[in-house]
Amino acid sequence: MNVHNEIQHLKSGEVNLGTSIMAVQFAGGVIIGADSRTTTGSYIANRVTDKLTHVHDLIYCCRSGSAADTQAIADMVHYYLQMYTQSAGERPSVQVAASLFQKLCYENKDALSAGIIVAGWDKEVGPSVYNIPVGGGMFRQPWAIGGSGSTYVYGYCDSTYREGWGRDETIEFVKNTLALAMSRDGSSGGVIRMCVITEDGVERLFVPGNELPKFWEGKDLPGLVRLAKGTDIVPMAVEV
Amino acid sequence: MTSIGTGYDLSASTYSPDGRIFQVEYAAKAVENSGTAIGLRVKGGVVLAVEKLVHSKLLVPGANRRIQTIDKHIGMATSGLLADGRHMANRGRDEAASYREVYNSPSPLKIIVDRLGLYAQAYTVYSSVRPFGLSTILGAVDKDGPQLYVIEPSGVFFGYRGAAVGKGRQLAKTELEKLQIGELTMRQAVKEAARIIYLVHEDAKEKEFELEMSWIGDETGGVHLPIPKELQQEAEAAAKASIEVFE
Amino acid sequence: MDHFPTNWGRPRNDLHDAYGTYPIHQHPQHAPKDAFADGVKRTQQPIVTGTSVLGVVYKDGVMLAADNLASYGSLARFKDVQRLHPVGNHTVLGVSGDMSDYQYIQKLLEELVIEEFTEQDGSILGPAELHEYLSQVMYARRSKINPLWNSLIVGGVKDGQRFLAYVDLLGTTYKAPTIATGYGAYIAQPLLRKAVEPYTDVLTEEQAQSILEECMRVLYYRDARSLDKFQIATITEEGIRISETRHLASSWSFAEGIRGYGAQTQ
Repeated sequence: MNVHNEIQHLKSGEVNLGTSIMAVQFAGGVIIGADSRTTTGSYIANRVTDKLTHVHDLIYCCRSGSAADTQAIADMVHYYLQMYTQSAGERPSVQVAASLFQKLCYENKDALSAGIIVAGWDKEVGPSVYNIPVGGGMFRQPWAIGGSGSTYVYGYCDSTYREGWGRDETIEFVKNTLALAMSRDGSSGGVIRMCVITEDGVERLFVPGNELPKFWEGKDLPGLVRLAKGTDIVPMAVEV
Repeated sequence: MTSIGTGYDLSASTYSPDGRIFQVEYAAKAVENSGTAIGLRVKGGVVLAVEKLVHSKLLVPGANRRIQTIDKHIGMATSGLLADGRHMANRGRDEAASYREVYNSPSPLKIIVDRLGLYAQAYTVYSSVRPFGLSTILGAVDKDGPQLYVIEPSGVFFGYRGAAVGKGRQLAKTELEKLQIGELTMRQAVKEAARIIYLVHEDAKEKEFELEMSWIGDETGGVHLPIPKELQQEAEAAAKASIEVFE
Repeated sequence: MDHFPTNWGRPRNDLHDAYGTYPIHQHPQHAPKDAFADGVKRTQQPIVTGTSVLGVVYKDGVMLAADNLASYGSLARFKDVQRLHPVGNHTVLGVSGDMSDYQYIQKLLEELVIEEFTEQDGSILGPAELHEYLSQVMYARRSKINPLWNSLIVGGVKDGQRFLAYVDLLGTTYKAPTIATGYGAYIAQPLLRKAVEPYTDVLTEEQAQSILEECMRVLYYRDARSLDKFQIATITEEGIRISETRHLASSWSFAEGIRGYGAQTQ
């Protein structure tokens, strides 16, 4: 099996959300997060992309894969959810939103390159997270990661995640995971954008690219001064 | 009905000068000729019951059901033209299946009623069709609990705690109003439903009938099913007894 | 070795290898220049996949086993997926292969079961009917050159008849007292033939369970897309039971003293 064919779905020169994305549920809501890098090949087409996409008041998605495909899908789901809200007279559940994403991704799997995480809050089950990877399967998870950067941080997430976290601990988890993914994945980078989605609404959080959490990056290398031949080394004068 | 016979009642697409659509009113008349159907929305579920008039002794018992299933969790009882009822049920099944296909979850009853209401209404605006001779009771337990609606031939629909359509609806409504309907258990509701159908039948002194009953709720795990044999027999026996006492 | 100097020292081209898991010398270097040169591709490929399913007939019914893993290539991506799917009260479907197609099949069956239920004619779909239906669906899809990428085992008991049968993405079908899909066809099938087939009318539930567990353990040792978490479905005249997740015990301590790969002793 060759999962890399997924990327050959990208048309030549297409813009790619090389991406690290994530969503985690906690008691009162969900935290979603993403990096901000968009590339065409190895050129960064946009270094401040917003990959956290509103599809309903309390339901967002994180997009990875082709920028064009995922934007088109998110726009369609956004439309369907508006229609749903009007005809049902109430907000859609996250499950309904995720099912719409799944339907589009599954039925058009030959034409799409899209890995999407859907997360939000609804009155039926409270907070929930759904992962819809390439191919159009749908999986509910307490936490989900996606995009090319995610492959580098599965181990970190598995060993770090605990049930029962509060809001602030969950934010730290998302921030650290994304920073680690961005530091190892050339297709991810820039800033971290996060959203806190609770019953009360959506709060945006922002971590600038120069204030990302730092982890081990190897030793700083020592400098070297090599003076020209014949020059004497003169000890520094010491004032007594 | 002074306008009758003036030609304004020949098509559903023509108003009479005083703003009525006679074909729709005639459709409602067709319902009045049919055996009574009732629905009770009680604690934990919905009970449907139909007075199915048996027009021939040659019919097999249980034939020509007037309570039908739309989805696992949705039941439907009709009064009026039997074949129209079967057509409406098929439409309801298609709508319920299409909702499931799109949203991957069982449909709220209101959505189905909304769509069937629109469907019925479409048959009141064209000269090439006749309106449905049908009053439809729909019952379900959905994500918001037990639900009960009635769709009329005009396409209007309302939600109810207790509903009655067909020949004996007036008496049935009076009986339903006497009940503390929200306090009943499903089993109590079955007994009451049987009693009311027997009562309205007795009142009209009609020919033979079969009592058809179904329920959805806690007792059935949220699935629309016929009432179990023993309970049905028990309820019918009690209903008969209550009629005799009444006499 | 890439002998084209302009490629030397370049960053990996994430247009073709976003996950950077190809060794550099295997890079797919020549992607199509024209976005539509290949035309529309119909035959997809499995992406998120489940591995083997096992099925056996025993004295009182039929038993199926499958682990809880959905893989993404070699990545063990979802570790809590149920691959045993109950249909009505008489049948369980065990699914290997593409998990999105599995979810589509679940939807198809749900629709079918509701259609049948709303008839209210007293007839209920049993395992034989469901297997026939699935075989028609699978064959129709492969004939459109757009298969549902799965191997399915249908197991059930109805009207005193035990039923166990197979259908796959080509529409191939067969019935047998033991069936295994995927890797299990190579590894578990011979074990099941020996341990089950002569005894289908005498094996108890406990015996059948322990045979399946032993097969799942061997698969866990030898199938690189397997997991040590699995479930067992038991279908009898009484109905369906699907177990909670069970954890396989495995043994490794024997390896502590192994040194080198031949003559080495320390």
